[in-house]
Amino acid sequence: MLTLLVLIPFAGALITAVMPARPKLWAFGFAIATLIAGLVTMFTAPDTDLVWMEPLGVHWALEMDGFGKLMVLLTVVLVPLVMVAAVKDHDKRWYAWALALEAFALLTFLAADLFVFYIAFEATLIPAYFMIGQHGGPNRAKAALKFLMFQLGGGLVLLGALIGFFVVSSEAGAPSYLISDLAQLDIGTTAERWIFVAMFIAFAVKAPLFPVHTWLADTTEQATTPTSVLLVCVLDKIGTFGMIRLCLGLVPEASAWATPVVIVLALISIVYGAVLAIGQDDLLRLIGLTSLSHFGLITLGIFAATREGLVGAILYMVNHGVATAAMFLIAGFLITRKGTASISSMRGLEKATPVLAGTFLIAGLATAGLPGLSQFVSEIMVLISAFDYHWLVGVIAVTAIVLAAIYVLWAYQRIFTGPAQLSRGPVRDLDRREVGVLVPLLVALFFFGFVPAPLISAASPVVEPLVNVIQAGE
Amino acid sequence: MFESPGISYATIWPVLLVLGVACAGVVVEAFAPRAARFNAQVSLALAGLVAALAGTVAVGAGSGLGVSTGEGALVIDGPGVFSQGLVLLVSLGSVALFAERRLDNGVSVFAGQAAALPGTSAERTASQRGLEHTEVYPLMMFAVGGMMLFCVSGDLLMLFVALEVLSLPLYLLTGLARRRRLLSQEAALKYFLLGAFSSGIFLYGLALVYGFAGSMSLAEIGEAAAADGSSPLLLLGIGLMAVGMLFKTGAVPFHSWTPDVYQGAPTPVTAWMSAATKIAAFAAMLRLFYVAFGAEGDIWRPAIGVVAVLTMLLGASFAIVQSDVKRMLGYSAVAHTGFLLTGLLGVQTDAFGSTQAVLFYLTAYGFATLGAFAIVSLVRGPNGEVGSLDRWAGLGRTNPWVAATFAVFLLSMAGLPLTAGFIGKWGVFAAALGAGQWPVVAVAIGSSIIAIFFYVRVIMLMFFTDAREDAATVSTPSYATSVVIALSAVATVLLGVIPGPVLSLLVDAGGFIG
Repeated sequence: MLTLLVLIPFAGALITAVMPARPKLWAFGFAIATLIAGLVTMFTAPDTDLVWMEPLGVHWALEMDGFGKLMVLLTVVLVPLVMVAAVKDHDKRWYAWALALEAFALLTFLAADLFVFYIAFEATLIPAYFMIGQHGGPNRAKAALKFLMFQLGGGLVLLGALIGFFVVSSEAGAPSYLISDLAQLDIGTTAERWIFVAMFIAFAVKAPLFPVHTWLADTTEQATTPTSVLLVCVLDKIGTFGMIRLCLGLVPEASAWATPVVIVLALISIVYGAVLAIGQDDLLRLIGLTSLSHFGLITLGIFAATREGLVGAILYMVNHGVATAAMFLIAGFLITRKGTASISSMRGLEKATPVLAGTFLIAGLATAGLPGLSQFVSEIMVLISAFDYHWLVGVIAVTAIVLAAIYVLWAYQRIFTGPAQLSRGPVRDLDRREVGVLVPLLVALFFFGFVPAPLISAASPVVEPLVNVIQAGE
Repeated sequence: MFESPGISYATIWPVLLVLGVACAGVVVEAFAPRAARFNAQVSLALAGLVAALAGTVAVGAGSGLGVSTGEGALVIDGPGVFSQGLVLLVSLGSVALFAERRLDNGVSVFAGQAAALPGTSAERTASQRGLEHTEVYPLMMFAVGGMMLFCVSGDLLMLFVALEVLSLPLYLLTGLARRRRLLSQEAALKYFLLGAFSSGIFLYGLALVYGFAGSMSLAEIGEAAAADGSSPLLLLGIGLMAVGMLFKTGAVPFHSWTPDVYQGAPTPVTAWMSAATKIAAFAAMLRLFYVAFGAEGDIWRPAIGVVAVLTMLLGASFAIVQSDVKRMLGYSAVAHTGFLLTGLLGVQTDAFGSTQAVLFYLTAYGFATLGAFAIVSLVRGPNGEVGSLDRWAGLGRTNPWVAATFAVFLLSMAGLPLTAGFIGKWGVFAAALGAGQWPVVAVAIGSSIIAIFFYVRVIMLMFFTDAREDAATVSTPSYATSVVIALSAVATVLLGVIPGPVLSLLVDAGGFIG
């Protein structure tokens, strides 16, 4: 059943690629089918466990816990939405790659076997590479190459960890890559630390964190906004997902050992990302860099390793996915109207396009953590855990809220307020298709802002054992 | 009294068959009329290889494994037979590429008359009359026979004889290109001179090892080395024999012939040589180092480790700056030798160890490189094949299928998951890490990142860059070539998605025996 959830979008990708007539409609149909399959499997899905490559101890093992459910939900909802948003300026190749990306991303969230996780982790890069390279700005080929080199570099470092696990696991008896088996392994302290470092580097590139974030802004600047949504809101989540599932889950002692360094990197990302975002003139670079700041907060919540911190981080991943997706899509709609992403060439759009301005403001304020919108809940939980860890960490992390308010509101002010540029001709407001894409996202922002309980109850059971192990270690 | 050695014909007949077909090919060349030669030679070679492949499979599946025959000259064991089968498979595909006549106005890629000097009237006459060399098929069959012997050589003499039998035809084949003949002949001369030197060095090492052990048999050398491991004769012998082997595999610092020969040789020959020679050389090297010098692991592992590190780094870095696709693949072959040597650093185990890892890597690499060079032979301009990468730009738009298939081979060589290359890379790294060679593995991972860059750059060039005015076009090949490319691509993907059967086969094949 879970296998089917991966196979539907994958088959969809192949069919879309060869379908001569109405390929986009087919792709959309497959995305909807995946959405339905995702919802169904959330309630009734037995785990899968088949032997895949016996000599290597690899199993085709899939399972969906609370954390997996949230990430699957985010993925299957976002893909059809961006497909609607992308319909005008993307050809069928993009749609096929998007479905392939969805298939592999779902596989990473479902994998109960480290080898399967790794294969999917790496395989996501190929569709992402072509999506960036085939649609977007004039320097997109370069951006795609930079993206791929960073990601594959991180992936190869992760390969080191993967092999390390194999060596330890075969020394302990028959090799097995099942995550549940790996968690039982008794790894020596040095080996465990090396494995942690390798995994963390890979996930830090993916997430991204300072200092391996430099691909992010270039990619979001050159890629089209639907591509960026899938990259930042789905693909990058695999990084933080891996930190929780694999770093904390498999090598908790080494994670505790490395926490001070990780926290410092997270703090730098938070502040540095936000400051860079304030200074951007390119709207797409700006949104990309805000994500750097947010991923810093997520990482902070993860490695503070308290109950609030971890639950907050998991919620943050979902909420950031929704809010940033909305930001990117609105920015995309804006750019198709103005033909440029440069903030300084826009002014006074508020009057001509009130709906566009309003949605931008809501999504922006959600990003900035305004109470009543979903990201606030997760942000406050992460900040509590930061104060628990050390008051100074908390103080620095809190500046994120202030800086976020600056970059959102100042961007709004520059784009939407002031005298309108009547000389440049009229600017249309959002049409029905565009509003239709945004409504589900905005509804989710409000809903989970007031009713975060379903998210918390999904995340808590996953967090509980992790926290217990960590506290037992202390 | 003299007793004739017992020979187990039941296990070695595939080798004898290939060599027999080679001799028959010579006879055909001498007596068959010119018009009939091409068809006769191609069918003879194909039939011989198919029969030998079937025989090898039968030997591998039968109970005859694990015998040493001909007074220990040949050792028919699991890994040896597996590599023989691999050599045969790759060669079978290559025969189809050798026989390709549709790409270049009905003539093959080989020179009409090798003896005619380039640019003379003799050459023009030969090409006007549509002459073509059909000796290439017997030559190839001799080399295949040599490679098969190399895979199962159980003593030093057989090792050397097999090395020469496989090398000499390769030197000749390298020089037989129809187009750009000077380049081809230069490559052949370089290959021959360096190869002759390395054979001499190998032979010297072999003599020293014999002097130490008093025996030609690898197994007996292994016993002698275990008894007295610090003899200077032995150590010097290991070093010199390693040089000979490393030359054949194209490891730094004995790699300098590789890019020149890969570029100069006719592309089908490059395809075949890069895959088959590497398979045979590594099979022999594994046997030599595990069976004969297994006790000396502490001595040779660090040295091979250094060579592996240099080979990976240099191969990958130099590949970046190449502008010719065949040279780039040549340097990439050097880098792959480095990865294979990394696998050699591991230990032989019953489960998934060094032997299995290296042999799987060779399988993955063999298919990828065969397919990649086959595609190189299709990409042409007015003056034959186009090597210049700049002119490959935009190929993904004009010929999406060809470019996509080429991308599959490149991604496999780069070691991306869901391709055979990934499992191969995983295997050799795991073997080395299992033996505690983490510094080498760290360098290997670093080199893989460098290597990915130049593979991906080609993909970027094909798919995202606009075509130039003089862009290369893709010629339609014969069915045989298309089938070879398609099967290589299918094998590359299948071995990446379901490698289980081949991995189990390798584990069941066990290790090398003395």
